[in-house]
Amino acid sequence: MTKVVVAMSGGVDSSVAAALLQRQGYEVIGMMLRLWSEPGREASNRCCAPAAMNIARRVAGRLGIPFYAVNAQESFRNIVVQNFLDGYARGQTPNPCLACNRQIRWEFLLARALALGADFMATGHYVRIVRSPDGPVRLFEAVDTHKDQSYVLHVLDQGKLQHALFPLGNLTKSEVRQIAADLKLPAATSKESQDLCFLAGQDYRDFLQRYQPHQAQPGPIVDRTGKQLGEHSGLVNYTIGQRKGLGIAAAEALYVLGKDQARNTLVVGFADELGSCELLTESVNWLVGFAPAEPLDAEVKIRYSAKKAAARVTPLLDGSAHVQFKEPARDITPGQAAVFYVDGEVLGGGLIAKMTKKLARVESELSPSDVIPVA
Amino acid sequence: MPSPGPIYLDYAATTPLDPRVREAMLPYFSEEFGNPSSVHGYGRRAEAALEDARQRMAELLNAQPEEIIFTSGGTESDNLALRGAALAARQQRGAIHLLISPVEHDAVAKTAAQLADHLGFTLEKLPVDEFGMVNPDEVAKRLDPEPALLSVILGNNEIGTVNPMSEIAAICRERGVPLHSDAVQSGAYLPLDVQKLGVDLLSIGAHKFYGPKGVGALYVRAGTPLLPTQTGGGHESGRRAGTPNVAYILGMVKAFELAQSELDRRVSRLGEMRNKIMNRILVDIPDSQLTGHPEIRLANHASFVFKGVDGNALLMLLDDAGFACSSGSACKTGDPEPSQVLLALGLSPEWALGSLRVTLGVDTTGEQINSFLAALPALVEKARALEAA
Repeated sequence: MTKVVVAMSGGVDSSVAAALLQRQGYEVIGMMLRLWSEPGREASNRCCAPAAMNIARRVAGRLGIPFYAVNAQESFRNIVVQNFLDGYARGQTPNPCLACNRQIRWEFLLARALALGADFMATGHYVRIVRSPDGPVRLFEAVDTHKDQSYVLHVLDQGKLQHALFPLGNLTKSEVRQIAADLKLPAATSKESQDLCFLAGQDYRDFLQRYQPHQAQPGPIVDRTGKQLGEHSGLVNYTIGQRKGLGIAAAEALYVLGKDQARNTLVVGFADELGSCELLTESVNWLVGFAPAEPLDAEVKIRYSAKKAAARVTPLLDGSAHVQFKEPARDITPGQAAVFYVDGEVLGGGLIAKMTKKLARVESELSPSDVIPVA
Repeated sequence: MPSPGPIYLDYAATTPLDPRVREAMLPYFSEEFGNPSSVHGYGRRAEAALEDARQRMAELLNAQPEEIIFTSGGTESDNLALRGAALAARQQRGAIHLLISPVEHDAVAKTAAQLADHLGFTLEKLPVDEFGMVNPDEVAKRLDPEPALLSVILGNNEIGTVNPMSEIAAICRERGVPLHSDAVQSGAYLPLDVQKLGVDLLSIGAHKFYGPKGVGALYVRAGTPLLPTQTGGGHESGRRAGTPNVAYILGMVKAFELAQSELDRRVSRLGEMRNKIMNRILVDIPDSQLTGHPEIRLANHASFVFKGVDGNALLMLLDDAGFACSSGSACKTGDPEPSQVLLALGLSPEWALGSLRVTLGVDTTGEQINSFLAALPALVEKARALEAA
């Protein structure tokens, strides 16, 4: 029998994933990651609170499958949380779910699944996978576009994808809920949350204050010309596109345009300055394993919850990519990923290294290039 | 005949109920349901059965019936012994010092810690040698000021080592210090003659020797002060309130009779298989160490540490391969802490996290042991590879 390990969380999605695979005839084993929480906040960790683990264990019991808790606390702290802290230290806004999927779920946990002799590992992610006999494994958006999670899975490579199963990709969330109800699967009653699991319900700024207090030094707020308009309370407290909480009286609303980490300076401007037409990524993960030879016209998603926008993606020799949007895109945020789609297929993606200014307003005295420095 | 399906090698965690024990219990769930405290016939019959069981239990321990308190299990027995004797000793002679070994089961260690942290006692831990054994001379050095209570485990749950109880007891006796011993793991493997052991309090729990879960006993030597910690009706001579669990108590006593009468045969059979496991593993698996004493240990108990292994991962691999074992560092929530017991032996966390406990019982066969020994080396290597990655 084909053996599959399901990464369970106690939530309805991974529970239904396990049940569906069992119905399809797989030998199913449940595993649940125990991730890092700040000491004393374990009960509130969104991904692996003891209560959630109890539910996952009950689901496994109901399905009659083995269930193992896998301790990844040390790796999670050293890789994912460190990545988060380092990202903010560079003035970026990191997305820890990317590092977690790449290095914890689809590396640390996958290694344990394979050690148990599993052929596949499955998760309750809403994403579709297509296999062909000779070609690469391909990743597509979910049928339920509201729940689509392909953005965070663009980090997978062929080595991981060949072992991946995503049983929910063709289902809607309401269908999944119905299956859970039909099977009388125990499920958490708590509402879904987009918060980062290890923040355990607290504001990320409080977390950063505790772990990197030196990042919270006040500094100047300037406009594009370098004119000081006020004082900020620490760059970590601001995200690009933010309007509220700047504490500056101005005739027209001001927005955060960028952060100059080297000078501990926050750059602000008006709404029409906010969009950028271009961005540069860091190293891109192309899912087939190599970059396309030619630039490609794609739809690009710059945040988990952003709408896709038409753009031309040009692979560069150093492994990064240049993205030229048709329309200026607001809220391009270094540290988040830009993910490239063509016809619903995830072709690749990489972390946003920097954006370029909106070309229409090149008048900078702040820096000789047209790039707002972020690193 | 080896049973199909997973091979159970975790008899220190719990044992299956002996069918003869189940038979002995059954009438007391139905027709003989009376409350032993009642005046009427139902109550009298239940009381007769209960007191008969107490008499038999006392005989098995070489004690008097009034020295036996029935409890809900080994943990309650340990709690009652520690808290009850410590509070009484303070009340009667102002003693506030507690002396325990560093390799106690949590039922003792955490109760002592609570007495120290919240109830005004001071707590001192005895040294142990590399096998986790208490040296009686070290006890003798630590009896000033006179402790309220000394507690030393008999057969260790995690590392199997059996402590030299009668020698420790002789020292305590001389000074009039009450001695408690947690014998929960020992019921099927050691004769529990409280006169020979010399202890003043002794805890046992039925499900470690093929009795039901949820029932245990505490021996309290006549004249040993003890304050009840569970108050209510005057059950158990006012020392442990609560309607006695007659069926389970009868089951425990039956199981204890069987375990003690069949002890020699079981010990020699299991000891032989256990020795084979110890010898083979230490030879076949590099970077392995025995934990606990190589000879002076529970007959069914083998325990090891493997360098650079996550005990949880090893248990998972073993379970998947069809072997049910346990580990001192393992926990169902995947939150491993190196075991305090293993750290007390002087092991580094790198070794202590990779612990494995293999405990045998009545249904264990030589064939099962052979297939376990054949499978284990490759699984340890797999677990090591995961840690190294």
